[in-house]
Amino acid sequence: MERIKAIIIKEWREVFKNKFVLFTVSFLPLMITALPLVVLYFAGASDDFASISAADLPPQFEQLCGDLSGGDCMLYYIVTQFLLLFMMVPVIIPMTIASYSIVGEKTTRTLEPLLATPVTTIEILVGKGLAGVIPAVLTTWIGYLVYAAGAYLMVSNSAVVSKLFDPLWMIAIFLVGPLLSLLGVSISVMISSRVNDPRVAEQISGIFVLPVIGLFIGQMTGLILVNETFILWLAAALLILDTVLFYFAVQIFQRETILSRWK
Amino acid sequence: MINNSPIIVTESLTKRFGEITAVNQLTLSVQRGEVFGLLGPNGAGKTTTVRMLAALLIPSGGTARVAGFKVGEEDQDIRRKIGLLPESPGLYDSLSAEQNLAFFGSMYGMENTAEQIQKYLELLGLWNRRYEPVGTFSKGMRQKLAIARALLHEPDVLFLDEPTSGLDPQASRLVREFIEDLKGEGRTIILTTHNLEEADRLCDRVAVISGHLLALDAPGELRRKIFGRKVVFHLQEANQALAGTLENFPFVSEVQVVDNKILAAVENPEDQNPELIRALLDGGAELQFVGELRRRLEDVYLELMEAVEDNNHGKN
Repeated sequence: MERIKAIIIKEWREVFKNKFVLFTVSFLPLMITALPLVVLYFAGASDDFASISAADLPPQFEQLCGDLSGGDCMLYYIVTQFLLLFMMVPVIIPMTIASYSIVGEKTTRTLEPLLATPVTTIEILVGKGLAGVIPAVLTTWIGYLVYAAGAYLMVSNSAVVSKLFDPLWMIAIFLVGPLLSLLGVSISVMISSRVNDPRVAEQISGIFVLPVIGLFIGQMTGLILVNETFILWLAAALLILDTVLFYFAVQIFQRETILSRWK
Repeated sequence: MINNSPIIVTESLTKRFGEITAVNQLTLSVQRGEVFGLLGPNGAGKTTTVRMLAALLIPSGGTARVAGFKVGEEDQDIRRKIGLLPESPGLYDSLSAEQNLAFFGSMYGMENTAEQIQKYLELLGLWNRRYEPVGTFSKGMRQKLAIARALLHEPDVLFLDEPTSGLDPQASRLVREFIEDLKGEGRTIILTTHNLEEADRLCDRVAVISGHLLALDAPGELRRKIFGRKVVFHLQEANQALAGTLENFPFVSEVQVVDNKILAAVENPEDQNPELIRALLDGGAELQFVGELRRRLEDVYLELMEAVEDNNHGKN
């Protein structure tokens, strides 16, 4: 455990001295938290919402809104849209950190002396993984709390605000978020083993954010309805995917492979 | 300081990378307290050998034991017992010297990290710069810090892969003197280097490899084995007649006249020189002084490499 702790602290000391990493880790959550609050502020101030009746809404909204009026349901629908946007934070942040951390070790040739110590491969990967996952999860949670507090202040209907604390959001933020972070780390470890530039690793890893964006678009266009069932299935799928990808990441991150093939 | 218990033993140690055999059937042993040099051209398998012995690479064939533990089976135990200075220092540039060492202290699970950091940073003259980021250090300072890192946990065996490579003469000298101090403490050191003068000065024994083992012995013994021993007689005037008097001795295998010197290849100068001196004086030579022709380790190395090249040409 001491070794993992030492690796995490070392990673943070190193990675957060990189201005690009610092920018990504701080700017993205700020933007993703501020954007929905701005939308909510203007939506809440608009009279148009009050005139929306339940009949004007697509049928799948009924399942999402329960007893809420048409206008409140629309407002809640907007609030829920940003849930998926929040899910990008736990993917992108660990990808950025892990890319810089692993490729950085390759380019500065610091892995060889590290691998010559009694530290195990699992300890290295867990340490490096947690160094990316912890800030990502904490940032997501803080962003969510700020968003919830902002929504509480801006949305007058307490029923809409209380929806932000329903099981859908809780599962998304507290279960799917960390699972997405683990996914981001595993993907970055695998990609980092094949490239020599952290920016390239980050850009390739970025492709894996597309499914989250796809979900966002799917929900906006009405193709997908993000409800409790969907989010639970998503969590189950992520759990399996994380296990498989972490296994492959460990397989790739072998001492011999790193020293003889990581060029 | 050297005792006769081997701390490293390899038996037909082999490493293949696909079709390429980097190390072929290497058999050697290193005694506790010995400074052992691994010499050879680029691509000879020196670093691969060090990496196998440091439990970083798994041998493709043969066996190796380091500090009593078998490579490939008891790697974690080996890693606790060794210290490694790789070809590149591999330091974390944005961390301070102290943070770099403290991190590695944690990796070894050390409890006295702070004391050890102070000990080695003071020994290597880096204590006053301990809080500065390593990225601001000169190449020599970085190398010294990497040596401190390798020694931090007081390993039984220290692997130094090209410790003075790329350093300026002053920094090289500092590092070399530090290695001499470590030798004085009775440390077991495996040194790979291209600097043959350095190997000659530091190593108790050297192994010359080029994929496989070409020669293994103390530098002096290698010189003797390859070139024999030559005594140089400096005379007022040297000539063939005087040289002829030496050729009559059965233990003299070769005699040459060069300027005012006569060079004689003899088996045992300590015992045989008095007879030769007497013969020269009886022959009317005016002897100024007598010495032994010193061959450099570089001559031995080049001779061995030439033999390898000749052998390769022969095969082709």
